[in-house]
Amino acid sequence: MGGRNPVTWLGSPAFPKAAHEALANTQLRRNLRKATTTIRAKRAEVVSEMADWERLRRAGEAIKDDVLANLDTYLVRLEEAVTARGGVVHWARDAEEANQIVLDLIRAEGTDEVVKVKSMATAEIGLNEALQASGVNAIETDLAELIVQLGEDRPSHILVPAIHRNRAEIREIFSRRMTEKPASDEPKDLAEAARKYLRRKFLSAKVAISGANFAVADTGSIVVVESEGNGRMCLTLPETLITVMGIEKLVPTWQDLEVFLQLLPRSSTAERMNPYTSVWMGVTPGDGPQKFHLVLLDNGRTATLADKVGRQALRCIRCSACLNVCPVYERTGGHSYGSVYPGPIGAILAPQLVGDMHDKQAASLPYASSLCGACFEVCPVRINIPEVLTHLRAEAVEAKGKRTPEALAMAAAAWVFADPKRYEATQKAGSLSRFLARDGWIKRIPGPGAKWTDSRNAPAVPKESFRTWWRRNRVERS
Amino acid sequence: MSGPRVALFATCLTDTLYPDTAKDVVRLLERLGCEVDFPLGQTCCGQMHFNTGYRDHARKLAESYADVFAEYDYVVAPSGSCSAMVRDIHPDLCGTGPAVEHTYELSEFIIDVLGVEDVGAYFPHRVTYHPTCHSLRMLGVGDRPLRLLRAVRGLELVELPLAEQCCGFGGTFALKNSETSTAMLADKMRNVLDTGAQVLCAGDNSCLMHIGGGLSRLKTGVQTVHLASILASTEEEPWAAATR
Repeated sequence: MGGRNPVTWLGSPAFPKAAHEALANTQLRRNLRKATTTIRAKRAEVVSEMADWERLRRAGEAIKDDVLANLDTYLVRLEEAVTARGGVVHWARDAEEANQIVLDLIRAEGTDEVVKVKSMATAEIGLNEALQASGVNAIETDLAELIVQLGEDRPSHILVPAIHRNRAEIREIFSRRMTEKPASDEPKDLAEAARKYLRRKFLSAKVAISGANFAVADTGSIVVVESEGNGRMCLTLPETLITVMGIEKLVPTWQDLEVFLQLLPRSSTAERMNPYTSVWMGVTPGDGPQKFHLVLLDNGRTATLADKVGRQALRCIRCSACLNVCPVYERTGGHSYGSVYPGPIGAILAPQLVGDMHDKQAASLPYASSLCGACFEVCPVRINIPEVLTHLRAEAVEAKGKRTPEALAMAAAAWVFADPKRYEATQKAGSLSRFLARDGWIKRIPGPGAKWTDSRNAPAVPKESFRTWWRRNRVERS
Repeated sequence: MSGPRVALFATCLTDTLYPDTAKDVVRLLERLGCEVDFPLGQTCCGQMHFNTGYRDHARKLAESYADVFAEYDYVVAPSGSCSAMVRDIHPDLCGTGPAVEHTYELSEFIIDVLGVEDVGAYFPHRVTYHPTCHSLRMLGVGDRPLRLLRAVRGLELVELPLAEQCCGFGGTFALKNSETSTAMLADKMRNVLDTGAQVLCAGDNSCLMHIGGGLSRLKTGVQTVHLASILASTEEEPWAAATR
């Protein structure tokens, strides 16, 4: 137990530095602009068809808030339901415990190769890496996850983890790693190569590992939604199925799914309904996996739940609508966030799961936003991401203490604003900057202000502020 | 008989860097029959401190705002962002009260309170409008600024492509993540230039300072003008391009 939380990647630089590299990547910029612009328009279209979209969002929010407020009750109910239907429930406090549980279960089956359904929870805990270190080969079967895995790369989007790759790069990766190489870089040929590669794995694997989109506490039903059908293969063919699920993925009743199965596909893939929805309850004799294990993962969630403002991040259903509308994500891509959870949701979820604002990389994430609010507008469960961002910024400031140059500058500004006379005197002093200006603009500010003038002119402070003008013309004359 | 008693909340940025905008708000509101005061006790709404994570400083500024503006019928700010700070955030910091409840962004005040869309303005230029994020998503001003602009004589309004995308200012974001901010600015400027407009209008001088700083650096010849200055401009006293 213990150790660092792998939700953020070891060695990742703080956001501004990581973004510096990403912004220079012309291929990434082009891919992301195209992909996000397309998905944004499609999402807007399928959402506009729904007259009751706002009510659905409020329902999604209310159901998840109830789950979070009564998590202890619902988790126990889920455990009972899964156990009653022949499943085995395991509890994992953190990544290390969860990885060990999964490894032990795989070893008990006497295999060293497993197939995987796309899953954020297992990516969060670095399961593949942990298994590999113990000699178990975990094969991603989601096409985009496979591209990331074979490219020895990292995911850059929650739903489309290889969004940063183009088809020429994918062909190169497949050609290098597969015995039957793709015939061309046409999507059809790339998919065919992946299909051949994966079919063999599906047929030989004894164990599959999945995540869960939802788990119904009442019935013990586990739900996975997907587009390709590769997940369905994993969920039905192997003898043993191990599902790793964050403890917040619950819904209380079967009926509640109705809300989320409308919200999720429209928000994530901009589809009215996703092609494959798999639901299973424990074990069914003679049909599908005959052993089912459910690993319930905490990994920072209970600590997040304790935070009144921050806990709303646990409503997230991993749709990635916030990534797709985010103007920061569109330009920096996902790797800049240094976590399996990039974009606006990553900026509030990853630092909370890490749980340590002294971690410079994690503490930089809440600042990776202009607070434009586009994320909150599209979030299907109404997570007020800007609210949580400023809340976490306050925590980051608290952790850094009062002696940083920024804290001193902020204290100085507050001191000036605290007294209107002092403020007016500061305006007068500042107006001397107009002598540095040409045509009313300052082209270069020394010191930290250079970050402004590197790309933008700065307005000179005019000779007379409005308040001085007002006092001279309206107060003293009357 | 006098009109409603209106306090101008100039905002620290406009007071200090864009005094002409504040003068234009006074001119406009007086033309529309308001009695305008500028309480000299005002300074800053605390948004910079709040958004950067310095809540204690922000709380003191919010308390001071509540005191300074408590006695007015209306408080009007030429800023969507600062109005949103007051209405959305101040209640969390120090509770609500008359100052918070009577605060309006300029276009809201003109349309919702004064009930006017045609303010009698004249502005014979090709203009495009950038809806600032906080006016759009926090305040929900909707198309009010556009309705006001459409009624301005001589003004040719051209639609800004991808208008609702953030310009990249974001307060201290522009410094802390200056390169990402600049990448966002570049796309905003491209969209502005695509319109062929000579003037970019918005309801927030903060965003205009950022976009205008980029447009002038690149010598694009496009001016940034606050909504208040367009609405204040008349045939008798037309807007004059500033030196910068």
